[in-house]
Amino acid sequence: MTAESTNGTADGAIDAEPITEGIGRGEVLRSPVPISFYGAVEPDTGEFIEDGHPLEGENIAGKVLVFPRGKGSTVGSYVLYGLANNGCGPAAIVNEETETIVATGAILGEIPCLDSPEVALETLEDDETVEVDADAGEIRRQ
Amino acid sequence: MHLTQHEEDLLESDNDAVRKAMELLVKLGDIYGAEEMIEIESAQASGISYKSIGDPGVEFLEGFAEEGAETSVPTFANPAGMDFERWEELGIDEAFADKQQRIRDALKEMGIVLSFTCTPYLAGNLPRRGQHVAWAESSAVSFVNSVVGAKTNREGGPSALAAAITGRTPKYGLHLEDNRQPTYRIDVEADIESQADFAALGSWTGRLVEDGKPYFTGVDSGGTDDLKALGAAMAATGAVALHFLEGVTTEMEPPENVETVTFGEGELTEEYAELTTADDPELVVIGCPHCSPEEIQDVAATVEGKSLTSDLWVCTSASVKTWADRNGLTETIEAAGGKVLADTCNVVSPIEELGYESSATDSAKAATYLPGFCNQDVAFNDKETLLAEVTE
Repeated sequence: MTAESTNGTADGAIDAEPITEGIGRGEVLRSPVPISFYGAVEPDTGEFIEDGHPLEGENIAGKVLVFPRGKGSTVGSYVLYGLANNGCGPAAIVNEETETIVATGAILGEIPCLDSPEVALETLEDDETVEVDADAGEIRRQ
Repeated sequence: MHLTQHEEDLLESDNDAVRKAMELLVKLGDIYGAEEMIEIESAQASGISYKSIGDPGVEFLEGFAEEGAETSVPTFANPAGMDFERWEELGIDEAFADKQQRIRDALKEMGIVLSFTCTPYLAGNLPRRGQHVAWAESSAVSFVNSVVGAKTNREGGPSALAAAITGRTPKYGLHLEDNRQPTYRIDVEADIESQADFAALGSWTGRLVEDGKPYFTGVDSGGTDDLKALGAAMAATGAVALHFLEGVTTEMEPPENVETVTFGEGELTEEYAELTTADDPELVVIGCPHCSPEEIQDVAATVEGKSLTSDLWVCTSASVKTWADRNGLTETIEAAGGKVLADTCNVVSPIEELGYESSATDSAKAATYLPGFCNQDVAFNDKETLLAEVTE
């Protein structure tokens, strides 16, 4: 690991652990709290509908969805897969820790997914455009 | 992760479903630090009710079946959103029924046993002690780990299906003996007498230990139905996949150096109150998890020759229901105004759309899920008390 990448900003690249494969690019949409996809997101539109959640009213389609970890029903895997299949899934996912529900949904939906980034999730800011390269294990600021 | 030649071949398979299933398992194995795969003897698939999985689930299962998914070990299906023979009589919407039938057809195409039950161990799939399996329904996971002594992690719907297709699962978590040790000690000082007492003990403990592995002392008996209720409750309020009941399910010595708590009469009474939000239920449901023959016998004996003043569902598997039919128990219960239903239960069927606003149950698992999943106010008590209140 180079000094630049440890710093996480000098060359725009942040190292992280690959969970799935592929490359996704989009604006960051960050949730400070865990997400249960089941019952929280409209599978046909990507609209976030959970009452009182910080992301309520946002649309996750095409966004780089950044959140600490998944929670709740294992049916969340099917919802994430359905979102991807309907063309309204996130462009990529970045977690602190990707647990089995999100990992399974991301694998089935072929969504690039990384966890354990070397910087805190808070350093990724809403509306900032990033490229998530799950093949290289890097998040690149654009 | 080390893969055998056969596993490498599965990963390169021309069959899209096999390849995807193996990819999923390898990824999960990598995430959780498994060094190898382990062969499984049976699987149990969850995410079967249309109410639970919705359109993405229907499309996933149909697509997977079309790609050539086929089970390689005995695989039992969890409950569906309706009784396949009586859905119209229950008032289930035709659009819902159509989607539920599409799910059934996809499962059948994959070779899954259409058991539609959360108690596969009462309906033809009872593993041996020490066997590795991949089961997904949380109460069945608890029962098979703790009472039967087989080994499974708490699988998600898709990962159990992938295990069913490939016949293997990554070796981590509860497949490793080191991870099957108690992490809490619960000294039970309350008298645990009824099945509902076991359920209340379970829901209290699950909330306390979360995903821990409790060791209970002070409960020296417990039949299959009691243990079913205890494990189901702990898996609903917590994520307990393995527990130990001294003198009943284990000959192990009580653990030292773990957190120890006491469950007394006060906790038992408070737990009944915690689970109860209604006092005049419109629907009584017995069978979460699905009823055993003995439980159906108990219900039939209680309502025989009487008349019910509220609706009653007795939920079970099609296999146990056949037995109840043959023994005249279904007739006795239905003569009193109740229904013996197969394939489904009150949690995964759309009961809130059938006009019910309050339910009674002797299951702490159902009492935990009904308010959120089904918008129900709940009365929790033992089945004799619940049935006595609604018979005349």
